[in-house]
Amino acid sequence: MPKDHGIGASTKRREDVRFLTGDGHYTDDINLHGQAYVHFLRSDVAHGRLVSVETEEAAKMPGVLRIFTGKDFEAVGSIPCGWLITSRDGQPMQEPPHPVLAQGKVRHVGDPIAAVVAETYEQARDAAEAIMVEIEDLPAVIDMKQALAEGATKVHDDLKDNLCYDWGFVEENREAVDKAIKEAHHVTTLELRNQRLVANPMEPRVAVGDYARHNDESTLYTTSQNPHVIRLLMGAFVLGIPEHKLRVAAPDVGGGFGSKIFHYAEEAFCTFAAKQLRRPVKWTSSRAEAFISDAQGRDHVTKIELALDKDNNFTALRTETYANMGAYLSTFSTSVPTWLHGTLMAGNYKTPLIYVNVKAVFTNTVPVDAYRGAGRPEATYQLERVIDKAARELGVDPLALRRQNFVTEFPYATPVAVEYDTGDYNATLDKLEEIADLKGFEARRKESEAKGKLRGLGVNCYIEACGIAPSNLVGQLGARAGLYESATVRVNATGGLVVMTGSHSHGQGHETTFPQVIADMIGIDANMVEIEHGDTANTPMGMGTYGSRSIAVGGSAMVRAAEKVIAKAKKIAAHMMEASEGDIELKDGQFTVAGTDKSLAWGDVTLAAYVPHNYPLEELEPGLEETAFYDPSNFTYPAGAYACEVEVDPETGKVTVERFAAADDFGNVINPMIVEGQVHGGIAQGVGQALLESCVYDETGQLLTGTYMDYAMPRAGDLPSYVVDHSCRTPCTHNPLGVKGCGEAGAIASPPTVVNAVIDALQSGGHKVDHIDMPVSPARVWQAMQ
Amino acid sequence: MPQVSMTVNGKPATGDVEGRTLLVQFLRDTLHLTGTHVGCDTSQCGACLVHVDGEAIKACSIFALEVEGAEVTTIEGMANADGSLNTIQQAFQDHHGLQCGFCTPGMVMSAAALLKENPKPSETEIRDYLQGNICRCTGYHNIVKAILAASGQETAIAAE
Repeated sequence: MPKDHGIGASTKRREDVRFLTGDGHYTDDINLHGQAYVHFLRSDVAHGRLVSVETEEAAKMPGVLRIFTGKDFEAVGSIPCGWLITSRDGQPMQEPPHPVLAQGKVRHVGDPIAAVVAETYEQARDAAEAIMVEIEDLPAVIDMKQALAEGATKVHDDLKDNLCYDWGFVEENREAVDKAIKEAHHVTTLELRNQRLVANPMEPRVAVGDYARHNDESTLYTTSQNPHVIRLLMGAFVLGIPEHKLRVAAPDVGGGFGSKIFHYAEEAFCTFAAKQLRRPVKWTSSRAEAFISDAQGRDHVTKIELALDKDNNFTALRTETYANMGAYLSTFSTSVPTWLHGTLMAGNYKTPLIYVNVKAVFTNTVPVDAYRGAGRPEATYQLERVIDKAARELGVDPLALRRQNFVTEFPYATPVAVEYDTGDYNATLDKLEEIADLKGFEARRKESEAKGKLRGLGVNCYIEACGIAPSNLVGQLGARAGLYESATVRVNATGGLVVMTGSHSHGQGHETTFPQVIADMIGIDANMVEIEHGDTANTPMGMGTYGSRSIAVGGSAMVRAAEKVIAKAKKIAAHMMEASEGDIELKDGQFTVAGTDKSLAWGDVTLAAYVPHNYPLEELEPGLEETAFYDPSNFTYPAGAYACEVEVDPETGKVTVERFAAADDFGNVINPMIVEGQVHGGIAQGVGQALLESCVYDETGQLLTGTYMDYAMPRAGDLPSYVVDHSCRTPCTHNPLGVKGCGEAGAIASPPTVVNAVIDALQSGGHKVDHIDMPVSPARVWQAMQ
Repeated sequence: MPQVSMTVNGKPATGDVEGRTLLVQFLRDTLHLTGTHVGCDTSQCGACLVHVDGEAIKACSIFALEVEGAEVTTIEGMANADGSLNTIQQAFQDHHGLQCGFCTPGMVMSAAALLKENPKPSETEIRDYLQGNICRCTGYHNIVKAILAASGQETAIAAE
């Protein structure tokens, strides 16, 4: 019988009941008394000088309360970037201002020019149409290499050029890597693009600003993955509101995938306007608006070279990447192509010499920032594609080539600054061979061929880094924030608990998994534990949920706080049972004294903590509530192996995914059902990237894929069922739960798996195709076959 | 402003609307039935799917005035009379067919419409039917599984 509660049990999610009955409480469900609505007038050109914005006529339209323009924000701060990158020459990155509303210039389609606040949303939108905007068109800078060409139009006039930074890592290795590649027995080179994507959580962003005159306090309700971060960035850098006068709350959030980490102009606007107008101000993004205002993902152009010796050992790796920043620097944009990408270039392999060069470029496009995986999918894609190509060039089995170069001894210090604490890459690859039935592939290929289809098998190994940390290290690397997590465990008098966590659930199921851990620690029913998250008013300062960090960092903070609670409860129990503290044991919700039959229930002790009649008051404060901040000593390193079988229709170039299997090592698992769900979702986004999704601008900077009719979101019929396994477990060595994180693995590992399979299929049909850029659409496949 | 009347989840509902008011706006803003969600503006995502006179309709693609006199069912009207989850809702919970929950009301309404017209759908039929409902979290695997389970086809799941 599988466990039905506690750590390791597939406990059904308690939050589901409200979501399944329509009782979810999302930001757009919040309507405040006296609320006004804002509509943003956005630029319809990618680059231009704002000559005039005339609002007089529009301001007279029915219901209009006020129209704001860039002028109203001249005294307001710039939207900050959270990570400073230093270029190879030692200079800090070029960091342009990012105004809440455009000032002087518009720099991408969707850049907000004016904001109309009116009694109703329709009135705001009608009035926005009456605003007269004169823009002197400037040439749009869209292609990254053209943006860096001499004499290119500058996105930001005050900057030297369009290069944000030119980063080298590890710079000291550069010459050694160059030499190793020059002298290598074999070098495989691949040029590829990791195309721009749109995160597209199904809930569009919403912001509701409110202001209370009686205590001069501002409140922002927003669709955020990290309300404390928004409070700090918006309060300290943009609006100048101290944290004690600003509350940020993110209730139920309908998916994020990274795009709801960042601080956005609309949040600052609604908070600012609510105070100016003394009325709540609400903004609800339309999907069309989301496509031109949510930070987008990926968009790297890369050349990768892998050097091998005569025995097929990897000897060196060199990559050169152009990373698109878009028009402004979004919150964590600068860290994605650098520290979240360069540090993962070793992958699962013991390549001794690695050099990564990244040039980050400003263009007249929507800002780019973290999207599920953030940097790690880009690293994995290049590496696993070039290894597959190398295997083909050398005529060796791609699995054997990988196995031969696997890291097998841990801890392992990579040449790109990180230390893998634990792992077993052969184990996950063995498991994959079993669950994907790789032995049966040739028979299935023959079946496909009999139907006139080409069948291909793609295999991929990955490693990722979750729970980015520790704070003192990331500080040295340029992070302008700490990366700990916090939790307060408040025990009530009758024994129930509330855990207030700085972590945030927007689909991950914290309300179910976090109580599973606490219930195990104390030995009580998980239903006695309530999770509060998402509101700065009742949670300790925490960094939120992204980078698969919730259970590894947030869960660890909760465990530390619960340990403090249990330690204090044992002291109380010792006093009550007149025993030595060291003899007290807590199991199944009972305190016992070792070697005696004395016992007290959990509830007896919690009651005594709040009704301290028989209590060691001279030694111990009453109450039972503890807070912990947990700053991890290292990342965690989930890893695994994925396999995909595709069929290619040689007549049309259409690719269908026939089988997909994933063997992951996530360390210890709290709730297998939820972990598997995370992997399924990641795979869908990865297959979506490989086959369907692409965010496309034309040469003038117009977004060609601005709706769900143009941007191909994966639908149920585009995807297969998946076989997933997480039975290979090498527990993380440095956090209390031995957990690693599972949210991004699927999105990281799937794209190269699928593309490797497509190339294999084409090769099997005699087509000498080495590479096709994603999305591997029928048109591209058909063209490659000609 | 014209008035519109309809029956929503078995109760009479009346309100003033503009000609351009969509059914989904009427449900959310006038009746405060916020379980019906808006995830796009091109009738693609299906988060707003409701039943109008027993037919699956995207509530963003029909004006409130067009629904005059009709019987509308939303996610708030799907649970059993005693408030417990109905078979489809329960199957979604049992098989982890939802994560963030935003597309979920539309998925449940869509699944109910499917099972009404095809009580024992195959996996392919389920995937085809859900083309008008986008989920970004689950990768659909567990949604398909939940619908198979709700249709009593546990064997199809075991055979996976």
